[in-house]
Amino acid sequence: MSGATFSSFERSLGELDVPATRIKREEFTNQVEEAVEPPAVGVPLGETFDEPALSLDGTPVTVDPTPVALREATTGVTGARLGIGDYGTLALSLTDRASELVSLFVEHHVAVVRERDLVDEMRTGIETLGEEFAETRGSAILATGPSATADMGALVKGAHGPRTVEVLVLTEDD
Amino acid sequence: MAKADEIRELMRTEGAAVAENTRAFNDGRYESVADLEDYEALKSEARAIKEDAIERLPELIDELEVAVEENGGTVYIADDAADANAYVREVVADRDADRVVKSKSMTSEEIEVNEALESDGVDVVETDLGEWVLQVADEAPSHIVAPAIHKSREAIADLFNERFDPDEPLETAEELTYFAREKLGEQIVDAEVGLTGANFLTADTGTMALVTSEGNARKTVAATDTQITVAGVEKVVPSVEELAPFVELIGRSGTGQDITSYVSLLTPPVETPVVDFDDDETPLSAFDADRDFHLVLIDNGRLAMREDDQLRETLYCIRCSACSNSCANFQHVGGHAFGGETYSGGIATGWEAGIEGLDTAAEFNDLCTGCTRCVNACPVEIDIPWINTVVRDRINREGERPAEWLVDGLTPDAEDEGAPLQKRFFGNFETVAKLGSATAPLSNWLAGTGPSRWLMSRALGIDRRRALPEFERETLVDWFADRDSTVETPERRAVLYPDLYTNHVQVERGKAAVEALEALGVEVVVPEVPSSGRAPLSQGMVATATDHAERVTEALAPYVADGYDVVVVEPSDLAMFTREYDRLVAEDTFETLAENSYEVLEYVYGLLENGADADALASSDGAGVAYHSHCQQRTLGLEAHTVAVLEDRGFDVVTSDVECCGMAGSFGYKRDYYELSMDVGGRLRDQFEADGVRDRPVVASGTSCLEQIDALLERQPRHPVELLVE
Repeated sequence: MSGATFSSFERSLGELDVPATRIKREEFTNQVEEAVEPPAVGVPLGETFDEPALSLDGTPVTVDPTPVALREATTGVTGARLGIGDYGTLALSLTDRASELVSLFVEHHVAVVRERDLVDEMRTGIETLGEEFAETRGSAILATGPSATADMGALVKGAHGPRTVEVLVLTEDD
Repeated sequence: MAKADEIRELMRTEGAAVAENTRAFNDGRYESVADLEDYEALKSEARAIKEDAIERLPELIDELEVAVEENGGTVYIADDAADANAYVREVVADRDADRVVKSKSMTSEEIEVNEALESDGVDVVETDLGEWVLQVADEAPSHIVAPAIHKSREAIADLFNERFDPDEPLETAEELTYFAREKLGEQIVDAEVGLTGANFLTADTGTMALVTSEGNARKTVAATDTQITVAGVEKVVPSVEELAPFVELIGRSGTGQDITSYVSLLTPPVETPVVDFDDDETPLSAFDADRDFHLVLIDNGRLAMREDDQLRETLYCIRCSACSNSCANFQHVGGHAFGGETYSGGIATGWEAGIEGLDTAAEFNDLCTGCTRCVNACPVEIDIPWINTVVRDRINREGERPAEWLVDGLTPDAEDEGAPLQKRFFGNFETVAKLGSATAPLSNWLAGTGPSRWLMSRALGIDRRRALPEFERETLVDWFADRDSTVETPERRAVLYPDLYTNHVQVERGKAAVEALEALGVEVVVPEVPSSGRAPLSQGMVATATDHAERVTEALAPYVADGYDVVVVEPSDLAMFTREYDRLVAEDTFETLAENSYEVLEYVYGLLENGADADALASSDGAGVAYHSHCQQRTLGLEAHTVAVLEDRGFDVVTSDVECCGMAGSFGYKRDYYELSMDVGGRLRDQFEADGVRDRPVVASGTSCLEQIDALLERQPRHPVELLVE
């Protein structure tokens, strides 16, 4: 996927106050460490992407935590199926590895997405998911920035879900 | 309580919070849709998907049912609210649940499922923060998207501090949010059943789309093992791919966000493991995803609406709230006045008429003035004013032939259409105006006397505080008949349409229009033509309006055939010719007139663009003017032409940006609505009394607006065309 897509993704995320960092695989462990605020939990990323290199071993992240550890955690690390350039949206798949819980029941969500999974437009993203759902009958959340509410008289970031989000984009050139 | 008292009370208690919030949404909408490359095409695409889905609804419901069952869920189709509630209660009882957590759903409000479950001793907890505030306060939603929009931060803080008595009194929005999050977070992880609505359901895969921002809907589904989704049958679209335009439009149209934080695309039962949140030994992935899913599809009048040629469009509604936020009246009273049992805002008339019945719609339907500011805002292009007009017509006739109108659709029928006296008076204003001119100035003098005003107030509900129009003895048509055309070799020929007000009341603007057009080389005629039918249409007297439309098109047709253009001073009448007549006369008749009709300054603009000598018009050396366009003129996209012409002639123009002046034809005359009308107008007054605007002469295009501005300001307003002939 082109650098142009990353730029638009990064720009859209910037408008949402979501930092996006483009990283190489060999930097992965260090970058994760930098992005998380402990206590941190995560899903087994190596399995999510079917890439052992993306294991969270060696980071301060507790992989596949207990429910109590999840509720006590500040940071949750998950993968994202897609990144959508024009809106800065992440498509977060719902998996049996409890990705939904780890991305939702925390204060700070760190999402890892591969650069090859970036698309320019929302429409393309939804088409991609539509094709996958037709086969897998899966589910995904189109997540754009942190949770928010204006119900209490002013805009507040961090309603029921995370207050902050950070995105790591894995480049392909390694 | 009398209607005027009820409205006054709501303006006092809730008006400020509603106004601030709805205007912020409305401003956000303008900004957000401006970023879309092809907003209009996107709306048309969304519209086409809904039209197709409602057309094929039975087939799509079958397809959806198959998909959900393949996925391991259950579909129940409920005829009405009681049927739906009985099913939901059964599911909750079978699960042996003590608590049901809910995400925001208007359909669940419609069927009042909370009360049904609570009667079984189930603890029902609203997890959307706005809904939860209302649950704690025991109040009803005032807005379909932001239910607690009528409550200020201070009011919510008082409510929480009183109810929960926290250690430190809560004050800021952040403190209130985090307090609610903690409180609800505990209850969510402890619940057995999660109840959601659905914004869309896709027939191909059984996927539901939930548009939210707080994350409570995600938690409601993830943390419970039994998901119940209640949704109206109209929510089905064919496929996941067809969600795309809606995902791009719904947040922008509603709260003015490009997209909300979360659009959940769930194909339940979902794969997320069901965990015990108190377990400190088992890893998350070791829990099973042992989940049940029940989709309750609710008819409750919708399938009958689908058969109704006039109400069908309501089913395309995606509940975005654009029609509420863009509505001047809604901005001042909110959904507690401008709403029925469940739904609020302009489209609520369609929903409430179809679901609850005409009686419910009748309670608030008159708050739609037909200003059309919602028309371009609606992401699925619903003609919301027309739905309001049709329902008003049915309400008028209800005494005559009970309940038949809902199923029969609208059958134009002459006579007085059963409308109450007030509506018949305003609807037949042409007769009043003719008599008024014929007997002026006596008529004006008589109308202004105490006994007359008393009688008008008593019999017709005309507010005594409102100045009445003063009829001119010499109508525009009479004036024109006595003069000769000044144009010898005309560039074009035009009929200046003598609308009711220009002909009888604001004759000066008609004379100015004739002179301006002649100065630009147009041969003008001002024949006797019937009034447009705008007056009866706005009273819901569709048959009378149709009769006018037929006579007007008949009178103008020979001129158009002869190459005349039709130039209209009054924007609400131009909107009849170019918009409303589409519903009232044959298609080719409508198209012929619509294509050849122009607003007067639009026409002047066109003449100047095509080489007419602008110097034949009066000019200014940078004199300032304040211009208020007209609601329907703006919907037709014709505000800019007036501004361009005035600027071209050297005026320095400041424009208002209120959605409506508040007068809206007869609305501001009515005793029930006079104070609301003045309250809405207050915003226009503020803009025109601001620094740098205060001393500018005021011009306005619409009759109603001129009357309202006359009541609001010391300065007497004029029509912009009058500036061109000085």
